[in-house]
Amino acid sequence: MNDNKDKTHAIDMSALGRSDAGLSLDNEEIAIRVDSLTLFYGDKQALNGVDMKIPKNRVTAFIGPSGCGKSTLLRCFNRMNDLIDSCRVEGEVSIDGENIYGKAVDVVDLRRRVGMVFQKPNPFPKSIYENVAYGLRLQGIKDRRVLDEVIEHSLKGAALWDEVKDRLNDSGMGLSGGQQQRLVIARAIAVEPHVLLLDEPASALDPISTLKLEELIYELKEKYTIVIVTHNMQQAARVSDYTAFMFMGDQVEFSDTDTLFTNPREKRTEDYITGRYG
Amino acid sequence: MSVNNTKVGWFRSGTPWVWMSASAVSISLVMVFGLLILIAARGLGYFWPADLVAMDYTERDGTEIRVMGEQRETSLVPLERLLDAGFHLEGHQGDVERHLLKIGNRDLYGIDFRSVIEPGVKNRTTPEGVIAIERREWGNFYGFLNEVKEAGNVIAEGDAAHAALVTRLERALILHDEIKHIEKIEIGAINYQLERLRLKQRKLELNNAFDAQHEQEIAAERAEEEKRYEVLQKKLMDLYDQMNRDSLTAVSVDGRQVEVNLAKVVRIFYPNEMTVGDKLQHYFMKVWEFLSDEPREANTEGGIFPAIFGTVLMVILMAILVTPFGVVAAIYLREYATQGPVTRVIRIAVNNLAGVPSVVYGVFGLGFFVYFLGGNIDALFFPEAGPAPTFGTPGILWSSLTLAILTLPVVIVATEEGLSRIPLAVREGSLALGATKAETLWRIVIPMASPALMTGLILAVARAAGEVAPLMLVGVVKLAPSMPLDGNFPFLHLDRKFMHLGFHIYDVGFQSPNVEAARPLVYATALLLVLVIVILNLAAIHIRNRLREKYQSV
Repeated sequence: MNDNKDKTHAIDMSALGRSDAGLSLDNEEIAIRVDSLTLFYGDKQALNGVDMKIPKNRVTAFIGPSGCGKSTLLRCFNRMNDLIDSCRVEGEVSIDGENIYGKAVDVVDLRRRVGMVFQKPNPFPKSIYENVAYGLRLQGIKDRRVLDEVIEHSLKGAALWDEVKDRLNDSGMGLSGGQQQRLVIARAIAVEPHVLLLDEPASALDPISTLKLEELIYELKEKYTIVIVTHNMQQAARVSDYTAFMFMGDQVEFSDTDTLFTNPREKRTEDYITGRYG
Repeated sequence: MSVNNTKVGWFRSGTPWVWMSASAVSISLVMVFGLLILIAARGLGYFWPADLVAMDYTERDGTEIRVMGEQRETSLVPLERLLDAGFHLEGHQGDVERHLLKIGNRDLYGIDFRSVIEPGVKNRTTPEGVIAIERREWGNFYGFLNEVKEAGNVIAEGDAAHAALVTRLERALILHDEIKHIEKIEIGAINYQLERLRLKQRKLELNNAFDAQHEQEIAAERAEEEKRYEVLQKKLMDLYDQMNRDSLTAVSVDGRQVEVNLAKVVRIFYPNEMTVGDKLQHYFMKVWEFLSDEPREANTEGGIFPAIFGTVLMVILMAILVTPFGVVAAIYLREYATQGPVTRVIRIAVNNLAGVPSVVYGVFGLGFFVYFLGGNIDALFFPEAGPAPTFGTPGILWSSLTLAILTLPVVIVATEEGLSRIPLAVREGSLALGATKAETLWRIVIPMASPALMTGLILAVARAAGEVAPLMLVGVVKLAPSMPLDGNFPFLHLDRKFMHLGFHIYDVGFQSPNVEAARPLVYATALLLVLVIVILNLAAIHIRNRLREKYQSV
């Protein structure tokens, strides 16, 4: 079956380790453009020349087995990999048309535009209010009225406002895991990023919290370009518009989610989503 | 077989290890409490006014004397040793009780403690009407009051003398306090001003700027200070005359008469007539005196307030100095320095610094801080005081700095430990919001690591407060004439020498002329030192727990 599919294309893309030729993104505005991105941890190569276009105001999911480089790729989008001494990056990533690995790029400013939510909820040991205000205070905003407004707006945006509006001065650490993760999202959207990166955001949450989080992601894509890394294929199928399957540092297949899950072009993709490995 | 099995099972269950751990813990607890109970029992008994026991005693050469005193200690001595010492104890068997008596009256006997053995004691009584006089010189007097005199004339005798004594002593004590206030504070301030004027003049002279106008100004100020001094001096002489007016005569138990000026009396009491309530009151008064008063009679009487104050002030200064140093060093080592062989070597070196004997730090402090730094500071900023050193001599600043260096490794290690425990996730969370590394450190990481920092500080305080050896080289003295904190501008005198509880213990225990009198004081001071350290630690622990609660971290 796979063989048949491949024959319909002029070039065998799987030989190059990627296959997105069948996908048309003509109708989409591109938020993130990745050009032959290669990444090394010391001597070990973690990404092998990834090319990718991530459309704006859509949810794009990265799936793949552990160690395939999906989190690494995600962390390239806000240069979190810079924190690792031995990490070296080649190639280009353009966000809003600007190569973020260019020399003139202000990383601090980039991270303000590209928010990130991590695997484990990581609220700061401060009050709920101060957690959300953190990014704004970094920008030097001190006006209480402005802060109040943005915090209410962000907590509402993260679907947490009704649960915490009466205890904004309580510690953020006292919330449940799901609430903490939504607090972290509120914290991220408070600085009004263009892109929101979610690194396995639901892996530490119970099913009900996960459901709430997925509903939230669906709402958030109205305003943000969302890239989500997940282990959970059902989750990718539920929340994302586009899905990239990665394997061993290669982007194997990038396609709209329905196609990827129902009619994958690549045998490796099919093997993974049908549970043969991973 | 089955026995064997249960034995093996017992071992495998881990029960023996639980028992072993539990016994180790209990032994440690017993030792700690034993230590505290010992020093508490030995130290706290010192302040209790025991009954005065009078007795006829046969000396080893056969002479009979009458002695009276507080029975302080009783021990059993082997008979042979006493026979060897020349006691006539024929017909005795077994060990002999020996009592240590505090007989006081050092002016009469030359000693104020002596021991008596039980077989030589006859007619033991607790006589009524015994007066104990606590004096500023010669220790306690124990005996019987004869008469009270005013300007050499007897004004009361016998029972009437007791009543007269109470009012007259009260008057003398008030005068004494007044004199002390004038001498210590008012004249002290004048002396301080005069010294400042002298230094000012000297400074101008050194700069060749001492002209007629300055001379006039300084002379005018000096004249004013001297005028004030003269007034005070006159008042002081007057007060001394008044204080020396009254005296008392008393007779010791063996009939020798003594005249004591009331100016030299701290308090009088009648131990044999005191109820338990009176004794308790007296006891707490003595404890309070011990805590709040200055030492007298080569540190064997009075209080140790300057030592408590010096210890606490020095430790607080040390904490203020060591915290920024240690925290900055730890942050650099953990957060900024490239983790490689060099950092590893530095870390090993820091850890080993904690093991250097403290006296070595004292030598370093003396050589570097006192002579080099202090000497240069004097040469640069205080040339007018020369050749007398200002900072080029041991003092509280150098002591605090030396102890800060001594405790630096502890603070660095604890802070580093704390920093390394802050999860990467939280740091990344901050960085992902557009914080710089420095912002992340200041706003998130350091607050979260502050409980660990406090732990380091607690350990540092515990170590610094108990340290004596280095301090003997860099600033501690047996008796400091003035405290490092007083009412004269600039109030905190970092160049001054100070007293310290640990050194006080050493001094009283080993350098005191009066060993028997000093011994209970050693215990009392040791107990106090432990208490001071515990209080300092509890304060730090309280702060740490508040921080932990605030930042909900370990």
